[in-house]
Amino acid sequence: MNAVDICLFAQAGFDKAAQGLAGAGRRLANSLGTELHAIVLGPGAHALASDLSLVVDKVVTVDQGEYEPETCLSALTQLCRELSPRAVLLANDTYSQEITPRLAHRLGGSAVGDCVDVHVDGETFEVTRQVYGGKAQAVIQLKRQPAVVWIRARSFAPANPLAVAGEIKQAALDIPPDTRTRIIERKRETQGEARLEEARVIVSGGRGIGGPEPFDLELKPLADLLGAQMGASRAACDAGWVPPTWQVGQTGKKVTPDLYLAIAITGASQHMAGISEAKNIAAINTDPDAPIFKHCRFGIVEDYRKVVPLLREKLVALQK
Amino acid sequence: MNILVCLKQILDPEIPARDFRIDPVKHEAERGAANLVTNIFCENALETALQFREHHGTGTITVLCYGAATAEDSLRKALAMKADNAALVLNDGNQNPDPLTVARVLAAAIRKLGAFDLIMVGREAGDWGAGQTGGLLAEELGLPCVSFVDRIESNGGKLRLNRQTDTGWELLETEVPVVVSVTNDEHNVPRIPKVRDVMMSYRQPLTQWGIGDLDVAADEVRAGNSYYEVAELSIPEKESRCEFVTGDTLDERVETLARRIVEVTRAL
Repeated sequence: MNAVDICLFAQAGFDKAAQGLAGAGRRLANSLGTELHAIVLGPGAHALASDLSLVVDKVVTVDQGEYEPETCLSALTQLCRELSPRAVLLANDTYSQEITPRLAHRLGGSAVGDCVDVHVDGETFEVTRQVYGGKAQAVIQLKRQPAVVWIRARSFAPANPLAVAGEIKQAALDIPPDTRTRIIERKRETQGEARLEEARVIVSGGRGIGGPEPFDLELKPLADLLGAQMGASRAACDAGWVPPTWQVGQTGKKVTPDLYLAIAITGASQHMAGISEAKNIAAINTDPDAPIFKHCRFGIVEDYRKVVPLLREKLVALQK
Repeated sequence: MNILVCLKQILDPEIPARDFRIDPVKHEAERGAANLVTNIFCENALETALQFREHHGTGTITVLCYGAATAEDSLRKALAMKADNAALVLNDGNQNPDPLTVARVLAAAIRKLGAFDLIMVGREAGDWGAGQTGGLLAEELGLPCVSFVDRIESNGGKLRLNRQTDTGWELLETEVPVVVSVTNDEHNVPRIPKVRDVMMSYRQPLTQWGIGDLDVAADEVRAGNSYYEVAELSIPEKESRCEFVTGDTLDERVETLARRIVEVTRAL
């Protein structure tokens, strides 16, 4: 076998992350001269499998119900032992991040996460990732195989469609549910339909916003005008002004919008680590020396309280 | 409830990028003028443990570090925050051991320290940010693991864990023993210890072990790179020059800002 396997939790569908994951997997498989396979878990696996079959050589679906950490890990371990891939690539959702090191351990491989590049040098897998909160970049050599790697899937280009669609198979696994740990309630806090990571425009607020109200009264109407999603810095989330799901940064969402509008965000490196793949960054900040401006395409040095209401007026006028 | 919290001492990640230097040979950051601090997510874990103990009125909290001799300061601070016991495993080999090495050392130290119901780590460290200690430690100890937890409550003999997901949150019920990785939220911002408690903490006993005191393959641990190795470390060049929008009045400047936004988004 020794293929490259990508592993996906099906709930998000064939989104930008799934497409980027397949693209990264295909390029790695090509450089190894091997096939690209996909493992799809969870509800929605069959729909996602048919989309994936257009870009991967073989899809295996696992009918394991909703994600449970221990049961899912056991299923994935068993399947990977049967398939014995050289590399397993996962995306950067919660479940993939949680499962990656444990899967590597069970397979006797090496794991690494948050990769922006994966390639093979001779027999050795090498990955590139940001370290020190985005201040530096490291190339890491994996010493064991399989390489089990979660990547910033959305920043990878998608794969080209195949001439002939790949085969779809359902895995026959017999995994008893693990009763030690189980998820008893799942709550989705979404902002409309799109996810922050899929957003084309993001309006984001930081500590300088000063409280929860301006997020509602000032930033939200601006975001609505731009068809944007809302984000926030860690400081704003830790203050409890907005939900933690809005957090952008090293330990929050890694986003890839066309425009990231940072309002009253200083731009600490851990925050910048979450937006390094944004096409354009713009900022509104009172401090001309704020680090955020070093990463901006354009910006304005001014109190956001003065700028944002006026900006909304100007945007409405331009819409006409 | 016997709780163990793993702490990592790191270079202060808040130092400005302009002061950040790397040692291209050793493949690590230069200390420079930066302070050594406890990794913030480890402190979030400790704070979560302290609140759990306060809420339930009982429990013992042990803090554990694997690191340089300076890591004693992280443990003393944790004692000042009112952890009960502290243990330091001195790293006398590779100062940046890979995640599997760290997990093996921590697992061996935990076995030697006793039996714990709840083993807590931070979700990742502010230096290398690998985010693997929790998962690998769970595998080394043969325990279940839940990541990105921000609140823990006792429910009979079991634990209720609230954890953040990329789309919201989940509530889990788990048997003990369990390994939990903790993330930040508004409730677990670490408390500041009193000056008096910091001074007092230096009088408290602190267990100190070397690698040789633990049941691990000492040579492999000292090499610290059987799992992965940093082959290159660099500071990426950023080439971005910010255009500060110009105009005689605020109105004109914001008008330009609006036009720039429309240009790059084409959303209107």
